[in-house]
Amino acid sequence: MTAKPRVAALEGWFTLDEHEPRLLGSRCRQCGTCYFPKQTTYCRNPACDSTEFDEVPLSRRGRVWSCTNAEYKPPEPYVAAEPFEPFTIAAVELEAERMVVLGQVVTGVSVTDLRVGQEMELVLDTLYGDAESDKLIWKWKPAG
Amino acid sequence: MGKEIAILGVGMHPWGKWGRNFVEYGLHAARAAIADAGVRWQDIRFVSGAATMRCGYPGYVAGATFAQALGWQGAEVNTSYAACASGSQALAAARAKILAGECEVALVVGADTTPKGFLAPAKGYRPDDPDWVRFLIGITNPSYFALYARRRMDLYGDTEDDFGLVKIKNSEHGFTNPNARYRKKFTMDDVHASPMVAHPLRLLQICATSDGGAALVVSSLDYARRIGRGDAVRVAAVSTVTPTFANEVLEMPDIATDSAAAAAIETHRFRASLPVKAYEEAGISPRDVDVAEVYDLSSALELDWMEDLQLCGRGEAASLVRAGETRIGGRIPVNPSGGLACFGEAVPAQALAQVCELTWQLRGACAERQVEGARVGVTANQGLFGHGSSVIVTR
Ligand SMILES: [Zn+2]
Repeated sequence: MTAKPRVAALEGWFTLDEHEPRLLGSRCRQCGTCYFPKQTTYCRNPACDSTEFDEVPLSRRGRVWSCTNAEYKPPEPYVAAEPFEPFTIAAVELEAERMVVLGQVVTGVSVTDLRVGQEMELVLDTLYGDAESDKLIWKWKPAG
Repeated sequence: MGKEIAILGVGMHPWGKWGRNFVEYGLHAARAAIADAGVRWQDIRFVSGAATMRCGYPGYVAGATFAQALGWQGAEVNTSYAACASGSQALAAARAKILAGECEVALVVGADTTPKGFLAPAKGYRPDDPDWVRFLIGITNPSYFALYARRRMDLYGDTEDDFGLVKIKNSEHGFTNPNARYRKKFTMDDVHASPMVAHPLRLLQICATSDGGAALVVSSLDYARRIGRGDAVRVAAVSTVTPTFANEVLEMPDIATDSAAAAAIETHRFRASLPVKAYEEAGISPRDVDVAEVYDLSSALELDWMEDLQLCGRGEAASLVRAGETRIGGRIPVNPSGGLACFGEAVPAQALAQVCELTWQLRGACAERQVEGARVGVTANQGLFGHGSSVIVTR
């Protein structure tokens, strides 16, 4: 059996570098405000009048702003395995970007293993698979 | 003091899961408010409705729907939609009309019927819709409330049992409220037995959705005096401000906050900004508040609201709850109605229900759940997409 192709569940939202993946945001050329997901039309900083943005990879590491878990199966479009496996969720604060980004936490890390302020890093993992491919998403993992 | 209006009448349809048309609840609440006000329906010259998005076209034009249901009599109408703050925005529209001298008496109504089953998001690949993206990665509404709750635990030392105490307190407050949907006194054992939904929140600590209706009859102070109601409870302030960039708190349905990376940009907390304008407008300080009705979408969120309303310092709310200070009879009773814990949320009616409760409290008409001598009350709520409100009621 050959491995299924691995494709992004959200196209263009992150790099597919299996070792050091990065979220792909945008940054205002005028004021430096970052956006994730990407903003490309008009800067939301009320003091800025810019319409020009660069795509930028966001910091791979950050600190836990807070965390929780999902004990019950979320509704669609979430694709759950059968039987449903609860998963952990973390909101992680990126220092340089001064923003917080949500994501699932890798399997095997419980919500009680995490603490506000703990350092996390970004990894790629399978969100779900179908007949054609495995769909990848970013997840947070305690920094090694 | 030039911005006050009188609350002549209040009325509600009990919250529940009745499965009837929302117009019926709104009509019931409106007729109760009109009777309570002692005015004639024909004397009301402005009908301000809070819209509901899940009851078809009549819900989008709620002001006209209620005016027609009461019998067209030529009044002007308005409909406001602002998620959980819809009722407050409808009240703000009526207040502006009255303060501008364009009408003397107005009716404000909000009502809702909960949908049957889940509201399924539209199908397909829709990465431009943040609501679709967060569900794709498994982030539900309770996830956000749980993130706020867990952050309190790590930052301030709040415990799961502190959140349980809030639930128990609200269940005791709402136990005798005839308009509450859930009237059962819960114990800590009940809380512990409730299934964990999103750590650290259990099913009992997350609010449900309900059917219900609430209405207010409001007027100019001059009109109130002319009909012998110069002593009526007053709306002293309505704040419906939007957030200020950069919002530091992760808000539903977003998967990331604003970035505060630009020079001269500071982070702001939206919830905390809501009452600031209200206190300024009413010319009072948080120390003057006798009673508060806050939006406890989760038990833990009530603690955030207490701090956002400046009823105590940041991180101190749980200690007040432990000391019983937020119970009726305590220093600053919170949610004497029982709050969302006992009502469940009927979106367009909920902000008005908060004002109904404060009006009854300030009239001294709350029987077992009365906060003795209450003269100043404050509400707070927050919904999706930059909507929220805080209303101050005085007598
Ligand atoms: Zn900019």
